[in-house]
Amino acid sequence: MEPFIRVKDLLFRYEGEEELPPALDGTTLDIHEGSFVAILGRNGSGKSTLAKHFNGILLPQSGSVTVCGMDTKDESKLLEIRRTVGMVFQNPDNQIVASVVEDDVAFAPENLGIPSDEIRRRVDEALKLVDMYEYRRHSPHLLSGGQKQRVAIAGVIAMKPRCIVLDEPTAMLDPQGRREVIDTVTRLCRENGITVILITHHMSEATGTDRVFVMEGGKVVCEGEPQNIFAGVECLKKLGLTVPDTTELIYRLNASGFELGYGALTVSDCAKEIAFALKNKRL
Amino acid sequence: MLLKTSGFELSGEKELKMSTIRTEALTHIYSTSTPFESVAINNINIEIDQGEFVGLIGHTGSGKSTFVQHLNGLLAPTSGKVCFDGRDVNSSKAFRHDIRFKVGLVFQYPEYQLFEENVYKDIAFGPRNMKLSTVETDERVREAAGFVGVPESIFDKSPFELSGGQKRRVAIAGVIAMRPKILILDEPTAGLDPEGCAAILNNICRYREATGATIILVSHSMEDVARIAERLVVFDRGTIAMDGTPADVFSRAEELRRIGLDIPAVTDIALHLRELGVDVPECCYCVEQLHDAILKLKGGAAPC
Amino acid sequence: MLKDVTLGQYFPGDTLIHRLDPRTKILFVTVYIIALFVAKTWVSYGSLLLILLISIAISKIPLASMLRGLKPLTIIIIFTAVINIFYNGEGRQLFSFWIFTATDAGLIKAGYMLLRITMLILSTFLVTYTTTPMALTDGLELLLNPLKKLKVPVHEFSMMMSIALRFIPTLIEEADKIMNAQKARGADFETGKLTDRAKALLPLLIPLFVSSFRRADELATAMEARCYHGGEGRTRMKKLRLAAADGIVMSFSVFLLAAIITLARFGL
Repeated sequence: MEPFIRVKDLLFRYEGEEELPPALDGTTLDIHEGSFVAILGRNGSGKSTLAKHFNGILLPQSGSVTVCGMDTKDESKLLEIRRTVGMVFQNPDNQIVASVVEDDVAFAPENLGIPSDEIRRRVDEALKLVDMYEYRRHSPHLLSGGQKQRVAIAGVIAMKPRCIVLDEPTAMLDPQGRREVIDTVTRLCRENGITVILITHHMSEATGTDRVFVMEGGKVVCEGEPQNIFAGVECLKKLGLTVPDTTELIYRLNASGFELGYGALTVSDCAKEIAFALKNKRL
Repeated sequence: MLLKTSGFELSGEKELKMSTIRTEALTHIYSTSTPFESVAINNINIEIDQGEFVGLIGHTGSGKSTFVQHLNGLLAPTSGKVCFDGRDVNSSKAFRHDIRFKVGLVFQYPEYQLFEENVYKDIAFGPRNMKLSTVETDERVREAAGFVGVPESIFDKSPFELSGGQKRRVAIAGVIAMRPKILILDEPTAGLDPEGCAAILNNICRYREATGATIILVSHSMEDVARIAERLVVFDRGTIAMDGTPADVFSRAEELRRIGLDIPAVTDIALHLRELGVDVPECCYCVEQLHDAILKLKGGAAPC
Repeated sequence: MLKDVTLGQYFPGDTLIHRLDPRTKILFVTVYIIALFVAKTWVSYGSLLLILLISIAISKIPLASMLRGLKPLTIIIIFTAVINIFYNGEGRQLFSFWIFTATDAGLIKAGYMLLRITMLILSTFLVTYTTTPMALTDGLELLLNPLKKLKVPVHEFSMMMSIALRFIPTLIEEADKIMNAQKARGADFETGKLTDRAKALLPLLIPLFVSSFRRADELATAMEARCYHGGEGRTRMKKLRLAAADGIVMSFSVFLLAAIITLARFGL
């Protein structure tokens, strides 16, 4: 199957940073339609720069990015690419355009020249999907961070995209807001079949994904299912990342003579795994 | 009490006096007598001694930010009072101004508040406002920069050229340079990657060890503060819901959940284990603790 | 203190005034302002004030909130009024100092001026309070549409305005935060000579500027990511439609203007 997004040998250097190593230095990865993907990496590893390549905000200086067979460098396809791959940014305050929630959600479909009745339908639908319908007449600056970020997600969904890229959407939120956002995008992926690309440095947010890419120095240094990635505790620490506490505990117990599997990422699975191991010992 | 090493003095006072901050029935109401009236904090009574490391936890809107802004006189109480060493912070305008140098407050995302043409001048802003001599200002700037790991080689750079993490260090140094007896930090690690978080928390611990300053760390994340604070104060809807050691607080997991706060993943695992009949202590909150507890059980169950 | 600035704030509601077409409201407030400047005596001022108060009552916006919006403008209002006391050479002299002479006619004129500015501001507040910025700028764009033929960038202008209105509360909040952070480092905004105080503003303005640029940059990227490509081919979710009430209000504004001009003619 042809991947939904294909990134090949991507090279990108910001203007005025000629003496620094490039932000992206030969990034290559494939993302399949309908999957939930996390891209991890410390600050400066190139993950945000990569995010901006998925919908042609930045264009490759060499290498290529293909979305559904469309090359992002093809200017005539730019609008089509952007409505296919929507993007949510870190700071919710700086991506909300209008002073009323529903007007903001309508912004993208208005840009696409969609008839009024259809926009109304899409806006209501999008707001219901992110559970913000009752706030539709509110002013965004009075909402909580998590709520604002959900409005931003609705603003993207109203374009009916096939993919949503979220660039550190939870970095500025409190734990509750963080949960709201992660739950929302997980639901969008699992129930509505939207491909989700989540860029983050919170390891715990990557536990529920299908595939994890770890970036360092503008390259993808490892990829795989989350349990396999997290099993490489040593490697992740070297890359300036931490693993979820569940994995950390299993890792340390294994170092002290246990033989636990790294598949248990959730708290209850982890507890079961440990309890099982202890009981077996007793038998 | 870890007061004073290597000739370091707090706020220029010669004596090693205990400084306590105490609030009495502290209440703050925003937008009084308008339709937007809201009680931010209600009847807060708390005493924090010199040298304590307090973690202040609560979710957004629980009143923790409003509370700390009273401690250095930025907000005036609607009723009740705040006392520093027994003296009402709002007793005079001069004292209220003075208290800001004794109680240093680092706001959230402090890197957005830098403004000087170079790093040195920005760190020196506080000491200059204290009307200190050039020599003393210089000493304090270098010392503060040292605490948070800002190399002197970037003193001449514009703060706007630095990376996000470096900017934040400079901003924290700007408050430390006033040599506050009490250092309050509001979400100092927000938005940083794991490495950056660990480094900042480390710097704060170092500052405390070297100076014996009181640290108040405001956060909505249990995990972060649990590791380093000795006392946790939990805010809920403008009041203090809990106040005790991390072990005390985390043994009340159900209550924390009711308030809507996350308990640390480790505490959660321990609770699940107990449900599964594994006898680990219920107040574990660090990976090490739980690891050791489980290992003990293993050893006890299968002696070899 | 900065929180008192309510410029551009929208008070959600569903009253007759909220439902009026923004074009009607813009037109009416324009006529109202012209009428304020034509008005000469207590009679016409009184009727204009009455119209304003009735409108506020209909809109269900608490008068206190409207008046709080005036607070940051108090100095300008008082200054303009005081200037008028001395500006008028006619009438009986009350007192004088240096080159200024206050007269009773001047005092009355100052009173009118005070009333005029206050009513002018309140009437525009009523429009911004009851109209979402988006609708307001849409209305403006439609009203100015004929100018497009003259190559005036009407769409860009109204988009800029709506974004500016959207960011006012955000920037006020930010200014407040920065100010507190600088105060926490001993900055003094309240005492000292005027020059000292002006200097104290620098630590406030620089970060505010820097962050505005950063915000603008991020916003532009976000807008681009949401397929913004200028006014061409754009549609609207909420199409503006004139209803019967709009016709009534528009006719009323024409009548109002005529009436005030007539009153002024008869010296009332």
